[in-house]
Amino acid sequence: MKLTLKVWRQKSASDKGRMESYTLDNVSGHMSFLEMMDVLNEQLISERKEPVAFDHDCREGICGMCSMHINGEPHGPDRGVTTCQLHMRKFNDGDTIYIEPFRAKGFPVIKDLVVDRSAFDRIQHAGGFISVNTSGNTQDANAIPVPKHDADKAFDAATCIGCGACVAACKNASAMLFVSAKVSQFALLPQGKVEAKRRVLNMVEQMDKEGFGNCTNTGACEVECPKGISLENIARMNREYLKASLSSE
Amino acid sequence: MSTLDAKIPEGPIKDKWTHHKNKINVVNPANKRLIDVIVVGTGLAGGSASASLAELGYNVKAFCFQDSPRRAHSIAAQGGINAAKNYQNDGDSVYRLFYDTVKGGDYRAREANVYRLAEVSENIINQCVAQGVPFAREYGGLLDNRSFGGVLVSRTFYAKGQTGQQLLLGAYSAMNRQIGKGKIKMYNRHEMLELVVVDGKARGIIARNLVTGEIERHSAHAVVIASGGYGNVFFLSTNAMRSNVTAAWRIHKKGAYFANPCYTQIHPTCIPRSGDYQSKLTLMSESLRNDGRIWVPKNIEDVKAIRAGQLKPTEIAEENRDYYLVRRYPAFGNLVPRDVASRAAKERCDAGYGVNETGEAVYLDFSSAIKRYGKEKATVMGENNPSDARVSELGEGVVEAKYGNLFQMYEKITDDNPYKTPMKIYPAVHYTMGGIWVDYNLMTTIPGCYATGEANFSDHGANRLGASALMQGLADGYFVLPYTIGDFLSNDIRTGPISSESAEFDEAEKSVKDRIQALMNIKGNKSVDHFHKRLGKVMWDNVGMTRNEQGLKEAIAEIRQIREEFHSSVSIPGEANELNPELEKALRVADFLELGELFACDALHRSESCGGHFREESAEEDGPQKGEAKRDDENFAYVAAWEWTGDPGKANLHKEELTFNDIELKQRSYK
Amino acid sequence: MALSALFLLIFLLQHFAINITSVFRADTFNELSHFMGTNPIVQYVFQPILIFGVIFHFTMGFILEVRNKQSRDIRYVKYNGNANASWFSRNMIWSGLAILAFLGLHFVDFWVPEINTKFIEGNWEGTMAGIEGLRYHTELVHKFENPVRVAAYCIAFVFLAMHLLHGFTSSFQSLGANNKYTRGALRKFAVAYSILIPAGFIIIALYHHFNIH
Repeated sequence: MKLTLKVWRQKSASDKGRMESYTLDNVSGHMSFLEMMDVLNEQLISERKEPVAFDHDCREGICGMCSMHINGEPHGPDRGVTTCQLHMRKFNDGDTIYIEPFRAKGFPVIKDLVVDRSAFDRIQHAGGFISVNTSGNTQDANAIPVPKHDADKAFDAATCIGCGACVAACKNASAMLFVSAKVSQFALLPQGKVEAKRRVLNMVEQMDKEGFGNCTNTGACEVECPKGISLENIARMNREYLKASLSSE
Repeated sequence: MSTLDAKIPEGPIKDKWTHHKNKINVVNPANKRLIDVIVVGTGLAGGSASASLAELGYNVKAFCFQDSPRRAHSIAAQGGINAAKNYQNDGDSVYRLFYDTVKGGDYRAREANVYRLAEVSENIINQCVAQGVPFAREYGGLLDNRSFGGVLVSRTFYAKGQTGQQLLLGAYSAMNRQIGKGKIKMYNRHEMLELVVVDGKARGIIARNLVTGEIERHSAHAVVIASGGYGNVFFLSTNAMRSNVTAAWRIHKKGAYFANPCYTQIHPTCIPRSGDYQSKLTLMSESLRNDGRIWVPKNIEDVKAIRAGQLKPTEIAEENRDYYLVRRYPAFGNLVPRDVASRAAKERCDAGYGVNETGEAVYLDFSSAIKRYGKEKATVMGENNPSDARVSELGEGVVEAKYGNLFQMYEKITDDNPYKTPMKIYPAVHYTMGGIWVDYNLMTTIPGCYATGEANFSDHGANRLGASALMQGLADGYFVLPYTIGDFLSNDIRTGPISSESAEFDEAEKSVKDRIQALMNIKGNKSVDHFHKRLGKVMWDNVGMTRNEQGLKEAIAEIRQIREEFHSSVSIPGEANELNPELEKALRVADFLELGELFACDALHRSESCGGHFREESAEEDGPQKGEAKRDDENFAYVAAWEWTGDPGKANLHKEELTFNDIELKQRSYK
Repeated sequence: MALSALFLLIFLLQHFAINITSVFRADTFNELSHFMGTNPIVQYVFQPILIFGVIFHFTMGFILEVRNKQSRDIRYVKYNGNANASWFSRNMIWSGLAILAFLGLHFVDFWVPEINTKFIEGNWEGTMAGIEGLRYHTELVHKFENPVRVAAYCIAFVFLAMHLLHGFTSSFQSLGANNKYTRGALRKFAVAYSILIPAGFIIIALYHHFNIH
């Protein structure tokens, strides 16, 4: 198929940036979206133009590195997939595809489609852990039984890949789904309960500092999340936060 | 040629590690504050090492080329992690895990290291659970296990098909805690391009800031390389697109020996290639083989009809299917180790029985598992005489609960529904058992330079068992390196901070800048990927699943040719002082082009078949094992560690003889 | 937002309950209105709380909107919001503003004259020259004569319905409740409330409008 691509080009963080238009022929439906971008880049290189910079790594939907906003949606029109797993069969011959970086004040653009998501790391530094040192003598793994239901829910929350699609989709650029996934994972496990209060207060504080917006419960994040992280986690975090705020010294 | 000393402690194997820990030097807590350690790579090995070293009190500087340590490729490991917990009461033990690993590695691993690995495996699970890693559990609240990859006990802990992700996020969370405390200084989007050796010791690295292009100096008292494997030398592999050999190759060129580079694992269950644009291959967890049956049509006419789209696999009758693994290996069937399953698939496809357009695919069929599970479920639910449709529905539900995410991934990629039609799979490069040679302390031949995880060579021999890579990465990082590194660093408590203003740093920085400048100046007319793809094709065709002398010699010549062309006609757009993905690729491919040759040379010199390395000249000629791999313990029971001499084709061979006191060497048989 | 929203929802229900009586029996409506208009607890305790609640809700709404807008300093060229969220949920500020505009009209119509009568003129009797008995029902009916006002009234309640359709269930989520009740029965109740109460107000307006003509 033949496609028209409108791609955001921005030389550096300080450059203003603009959309540029490219046409691409012979795109196969079996290609992944990133393979289509590879073909575009090969074409640009052969024309002695600079290829489009974009983040990617594992190309199997788990590292969370790829991050494009495609036709108005993070990771494009398909559901439950990252851009690297989006396949061109979801598009039609003659389509015009808009490709932009994830947009949020907390995700400044570095170049073209590459954004800086280190805000997510800083939120995790604030409390995304259980304070336990490496030790040859932690208690036996089976000494703490965890109800299967809780373990499964914790796992579901823990499958977040930190790609930032939730922020990119949200009209408020809110990071609540991401933060709540980590808060929930630990809040559901007995190991995490010990520092639950401190964790939620610190992580939310850092989230606000990073300039992400507030949650107005539109639910866009859940729809666009490639890993199907549930809105339940946001409710759980709200609960944890209220509890912690009311009972903190 | 010399013989290498691995510094394996004396004594019975089960006491070696304990005695060693008791005897080696330790650094007192107050002095640890004065010591810096660089860790390159933040996967399971690097992440766990960074966190543990920081917890001990060292100042850690951690580097990754991704935008966050959480994205290291360990995250993609699916199946699980082994540990000799014996929770299932099926007779598992440290010895049995040790035995399985050495045997699975075809007796080319170092016995003492493997025993230690098995020994600390239990602690890993304890540690991960304490960190909040959500492993799968049973209704009673205790941890669940499954059997995995051709072993006879259930010792694999898992978190659905995302075990690597969960373990990595555990290590990442431990790192986050230390980053928050300032004990780890994290350098994201940085790539190590050179090792700095001062007075014979590793004292720092030169790294490129991938955002600004700046060349930076970083000093430390020791350097840990945890940069993963080099499977991307094949261009197409299950590795992440940017996984590379550069960090390992740079230390090799500075004096670290590279061991057994030809030991590559080809994973049998990957999604086949669909076209020339293919950028990577996607692995489907090996756990699928627990329930899926592998087959190709018995009759070549059926194969042709399938390729022409005139016949569907579901229309082929049971008696016209060739379940070739069951046929060839009745004892293990679909659960034979990875290398055996991969070669068997290649054998069928080479014989013309491949079932897709490229002729490189076999079926992995779940229909009988769906039926079996459906009937079981119906019985449990009290439904007598359920209809076939009902059985399928129930069975698909069970299969979905077990493999749902994998099936979904398969469907997204191929547009085929694997509940209704068999999956197509083909082997792909997945893991490299070879790597930097290390001694028992995980130190390379450069004092103060360590290698952990997939980057080193030590624990998997010539073939790695399923669910052992995660175990090794975490064992090295959590429980081995933090102790053994003290033995070296205890001499450095009075050294003081390492200056990055020395002549050695000047020289290393200059060499990196020159290298980059040279590449930028070529201004040729072919993209980096063009060369990488050519290299990959040579590697896959001649240095892949089966190898022979002639093919290897041709490969060596061809790789040299590609390398020359690369350095005269590669085109790198953009500038060196900005974010430049093409330059990043070029630097990596330049190193792959050298490694590829050493890889082929190693394969050529090892004229036996062992593990993932299958030499056509070394096969059983008759008897029940006819055609199977034939190991040559008399001549090749050693580790081949190669020393850089300035030309990858003329590396110096050093041998570490492998002695097996606790295991009897046997020819592997899965018949 | 969620707490003030729930408070306002309760107020709205009470308001509706009194207004609907105007359709059935003028006397009941008059008595209830008189009680609400003269009871000191209602006037001096509930009324200020309500005013605070209203002002708090829309002030916070504005602040939230401004902040949220700032969180995405560079807009997308193409943004397909319909693909992942309802129009209602993304445009609470607009439905809110429409409701606020209506509140202005409503205050001019009812609340300002009422305050004027009671607090400036000091008439707490609930009577008016030329009207037999209590004046409230007559006043109400009078207001619904003008078709333009009735139309504005109806449109405003359509916006209120939109606002509630997202806002009611959203408040559960904000307060940390997302369980089988909030997704099940409670959600159904919220949706029913969001449609039926505004629809009821519209019916009242139309009833009086057409009854006159």
